[in-house]
Amino acid sequence: MTATTATGAPRIRRHHRTYTTGQIVTTAVTYAILILLAVVYIYPFLISVAGSFKTEADATQNPLSLLPQTWSFTAYERLFTSVPLLGWAGNSALITVIVTLSRVFFDSLAGYALSRLHFRGRAIVFAGLIAVMAVPNVVLLIPRFLILKQLGLYDSYAGMIIPILIDAAGIFIMKQFFESIPVSVEEAARIDGAGIFRTFWSIVLPMAVPALITLFILSFQGSWNEFAHFIVSRQSADLNTLTTGVASLTSGQLGEGNQYPLKLAAAVLMSIPVAVIFFIFQRRILSTSEGGEKG
Amino acid sequence: MARGIRGPEGRYGWAFVTPAMVIIGVFLVLPILLALYVSFSDWNGLGSPLGNSRPVGGENYANVLVESGLAQRDFGTAIRNNLYYVLLVVPLQTALALFLAVQVNNRLLKARGFFRTAFYFPSVTSSVAITTIFIFLFASSGAINQVLAWFGAAGPNWFADPNGIFSPVTGGLTADGPLGLTWAAWLSGPSVAMCVLIILAVFTTSGTFMLLFLAALQNVGTEIEEAASVDGAGSLRRFFSVTLPMLKPTLFTVLTLGLIGTWQVFDQIYLTGGGAPGKTTLTPAFLAYDTSFSELQWGEGAAISFILFGIIVALTLFQRWVLRDRDLGRSGERRARRAEARLRREAEGARS
Repeated sequence: MTATTATGAPRIRRHHRTYTTGQIVTTAVTYAILILLAVVYIYPFLISVAGSFKTEADATQNPLSLLPQTWSFTAYERLFTSVPLLGWAGNSALITVIVTLSRVFFDSLAGYALSRLHFRGRAIVFAGLIAVMAVPNVVLLIPRFLILKQLGLYDSYAGMIIPILIDAAGIFIMKQFFESIPVSVEEAARIDGAGIFRTFWSIVLPMAVPALITLFILSFQGSWNEFAHFIVSRQSADLNTLTTGVASLTSGQLGEGNQYPLKLAAAVLMSIPVAVIFFIFQRRILSTSEGGEKG
Repeated sequence: MARGIRGPEGRYGWAFVTPAMVIIGVFLVLPILLALYVSFSDWNGLGSPLGNSRPVGGENYANVLVESGLAQRDFGTAIRNNLYYVLLVVPLQTALALFLAVQVNNRLLKARGFFRTAFYFPSVTSSVAITTIFIFLFASSGAINQVLAWFGAAGPNWFADPNGIFSPVTGGLTADGPLGLTWAAWLSGPSVAMCVLIILAVFTTSGTFMLLFLAALQNVGTEIEEAASVDGAGSLRRFFSVTLPMLKPTLFTVLTLGLIGTWQVFDQIYLTGGGAPGKTTLTPAFLAYDTSFSELQWGEGAAISFILFGIIVALTLFQRWVLRDRDLGRSGERRARRAEARLRREAEGARS
């Protein structure tokens, strides 16, 4: 009593200590919840990878175990021999490369024109773009099939690729970005006599790298993971992409058993490219770059 | 001078937007017009729709919406299923995403990068891969049921169970409801199989929306929260009275995107057997596809597509209207002032 009134310091310290104990309990509970959630989010992927190396009986009976009883590579062998997985992957890669390059280039071209170049009808074009962005993708399935049939492009690479070469949301992202960078640099270049395309290509685009990377990630993921459009734009097995091909495995006309190892192996393999892209650009995607380490 | 710089801009402007306009025009605008025509015709899929069909007026729309029969019942079932999907997925994914964002934004949290990666990763994978994994997880003797068995619970045969989760309660309601379904069917809740798809949607979208909330939280900064904490506000109080109001614009964005996205479920339905079990996972998006491509009722399928389009546009406009109401600071303030004045007057009236 006398001690506390005399200095006041112990009381402050004790107060501080109780505050810390409370914090410790809260922190422990928070960590427990977050770790549990993280397990719920990650474990399914881990047992899928494990499952792809199990025998079918093992995968069915011990779905939870992270280690196969006996390591079996049958699923992967079958994927590369009796299933045309490489052909599907080739189609997916071809389409993804073309669509991603095209979207990054044409979306930024159009976005630049809409934000910087003064031309008659610009407001109308932009209003049209906003309207187009409001059209949900699934509503387009039947219409897209109809036009591909009409133009004779159904069941061809052209029919699978051309309709998704441009995406309105990408144009919008680029337009917003170009509006955020100062106009003075370009005007200086233009006064110095650089042409409009040159200014765009060698001065504006290098400044737009962050937005271009965003667009690249979105386009890559979007075209690699695209499924519904390839269901309605093709029918021959040669044109299967990884998504439609693996879907035919999953919805399963595969002979006997549940074939879990085979399906899981296919799901694992088809996820590798998007996972790689994700881990390369992880810091940018998760916005951990600013203060991530410092904090 | 100005003319000299601006001169060629018109030509270049058009040249830069032309590729985009051609693709969007030919593969988006034109197809919609063609499908709109088909939705008013009796085209059966043979040859070109132009010239091999006759207009039938609003018959396709009537078959789906008004005339009782299989088409109407299927459409009603699809709407019912999707309604439950929306009602459960949208609040769950929003709440979970917000919770995760607040947690991984906490400066004191260790391994924030790891947690962000863990929660976001499912959003990266394709619908095909993740649905395949879920079919494995929710198999009758699969991982989920084995975990449930630890707690002594016998899990259902998830993907094969067509029973609505409320059906024991609503079984007696045999009166006819809208769109050719009984009230028992309307009120029986999502089927067990649909619940798996609901969990799947929450699992794959919460990470994406977490990032939207996270970006907003980082813009808000920590100063105001810290001030509130100095003033003695507890963490729950701080969240609901300080953080949440500042996240309102993002919250509305997430709700809008959620509402639009949840009415578009197609891939997962295709992969889990096209509405199986017993049409309890059928959605309008899949029904439109199936009606056209399998039943060859192209007009009817296109009509369902446009009805779905209408639903999504209506919901977006509704959201925008609600959002604008919140954003109109001045009229809102005026209304608040008027309400306050009225309350004061009433209080004075009561006193005298």
